[in-house]
Amino acid sequence: MSDRARVIGWAILATLLLALPLYVTSGRWIDFIELTLFVAVMGQGWNILGGYGGQYSFGHALFFGTAAYLQALLQFRYGLSPWIAMWFALAGSILVASFVGYLSFRYGLRGSYFALITLAFAEAFHVLARSFISITEGGRGVQLALNQDPERAVATFQFNFADDFLKAYGFYYTMVAIMALAYAATWWMERSRFGAQLVAVRENEDAAQALGIDAFRVKMGAICLSAAIMALAGIYYVQKFLFIDPGIAYGPSKSVEALFAPIIGGLGTVLGPLVGALFIQGVGEIAKEFIGMFWQDRPGVDLILFGIVLVLVLGFLPRGLVGLIEDAWRRLVPRAGGDA
Amino acid sequence: MEFLGIEIPLYSWSTVIGSAISGVFLGAIYALVALGLTLIYGVLHIINFAHGSLLMLAMYAVFFLWHLFGIDPYLAMLIVVPGGFLFGYGLQRSVIGKASHGRDEIVLLVTLGVAIVIENAALFLFTANERSVQVPYDLDGIDLGVTFVVWPEIAALAGSLLITLALWSFMTRTDTGKAIRAVAKERQGARLVGINVEHIFAVSFGIGTACVAAAASLLAPTYAVNPQFGYLFVLIAFTIVVLGGMGSFVGALVGGFIIGITEQLGRLFLGESLGLITISVIFILILLFRPTGLFGQKV
Repeated sequence: MSDRARVIGWAILATLLLALPLYVTSGRWIDFIELTLFVAVMGQGWNILGGYGGQYSFGHALFFGTAAYLQALLQFRYGLSPWIAMWFALAGSILVASFVGYLSFRYGLRGSYFALITLAFAEAFHVLARSFISITEGGRGVQLALNQDPERAVATFQFNFADDFLKAYGFYYTMVAIMALAYAATWWMERSRFGAQLVAVRENEDAAQALGIDAFRVKMGAICLSAAIMALAGIYYVQKFLFIDPGIAYGPSKSVEALFAPIIGGLGTVLGPLVGALFIQGVGEIAKEFIGMFWQDRPGVDLILFGIVLVLVLGFLPRGLVGLIEDAWRRLVPRAGGDA
Repeated sequence: MEFLGIEIPLYSWSTVIGSAISGVFLGAIYALVALGLTLIYGVLHIINFAHGSLLMLAMYAVFFLWHLFGIDPYLAMLIVVPGGFLFGYGLQRSVIGKASHGRDEIVLLVTLGVAIVIENAALFLFTANERSVQVPYDLDGIDLGVTFVVWPEIAALAGSLLITLALWSFMTRTDTGKAIRAVAKERQGARLVGINVEHIFAVSFGIGTACVAAAASLLAPTYAVNPQFGYLFVLIAFTIVVLGGMGSFVGALVGGFIIGITEQLGRLFLGESLGLITISVIFILILLFRPTGLFGQKV
């Protein structure tokens, strides 16, 4: 696809998402799309480091959880405005990322070793969040006070008691804004010198270094950008659900959720995490409905399917669903050529 | 003594020694789980994320053999160990080997996918309820003065020593063992002298899974199982494998004891909850400063 076709594609997508509440009135559908975008944002966070940088993290919950805890605790303990707390949450998450990144990349951990150390850091933070009860409330989690004053809905970043429009679509548009930011950042990165260097490091770190690329600096940049996007997802999560606990913040499920979408959708592509998120959320919903017809509500079905799809994509679709779509597109429009 | 709001108690020496001894027995259990993992790493050079979920699956097998047919968990070893071997062999041959195209970083993700499937299939089929095997002898044991050790713990310690010895002699004495070592050292060379590398990979994975099945039999009398059971052990097992040197059996055994003792002392001094952080911290430090481990030669 040419650049122009891409810009048009993104413009159509943006318009669709912005105008969605005009033609979709069912709250259930809005929730579904909001959740899909949430998964797509976390996926993009993972994709920057894992897809473009080739550094597979198994502990990305670390950055989600740190931002979520800071966002919750600064309001809970110090009564800070959520609009101020979010900057600390963002900064804290990036700080943790630079710490983990500095140690891992300085000591040259690659491949499996990097995956293991990120997992270990996430687990360490999990234990810390559970243990320092005087700071984090421990395993009980942090429950934020519900704001019931419609006047203060925007000030408290809580839309449960806001006017009709904000109540229905406030968080939806928040999520659309976060996604726009994350995807624009990735798009910029892909076309920038930094992005090119990052891909070079992924393909062959030694060769990249021989060409004068500072691999350490490039990977540090990638982990910080990656963490910033995860942090946005964490901030959104706390404001939406007004709750965080050690399992949600640092448990393995968020780390796994973050890597499903980009791998299934297509590693190292801007669109991959969104396509992957749409696919897994869609399939998950259908599977739950289908299984619900035979057995009562049983957990685990969607994850069984995601796991199988993950293995199949790794085995047979190295470029993910986006690769599949591109191949089909090229067959339909032969002149589109090879730059897709 | 107080540190960051957490009370750090001072204990008498006998309490500390008692805790360290129970750490040795806990370490034996960890070593059992780590043995299979280190074998798989040593030969295939892959991090098997599915290891914990395979342990969990074997625990369920032991539980159902006991629950449905009244088979003693130790006797169940005769069934779950060969079963584990076949399962592991098939898994490597038909799924992991096929989907990964021999690329290490892809194997990592494939085994993660397999772990997710197994874990959630267990959740779906067996629900999140805890299941435990009841044996008449699980509370009997020996009083060592400073601590009390139950028979299942002693059996686990003996089992881990025996399995280490068995693995070591298998690797050095038998033709298959020699072929495994050849593949571990030099994949292409082994292929050139006529070793079926794919078969050896699958055999190694099978033996690794058989080890985990043996561990499940030895763990069943003292641990209740639920679908998340494997996750508990997976980080610990990785820590031990990296600490002992990836691919080293003796390293796994020694690493198991070190981690077991550290965890028990950590729990004693830092409390039940924070004590667990010692494992992550050791893991991070080892990865950073000595990724070859205590007994490993090369990464």
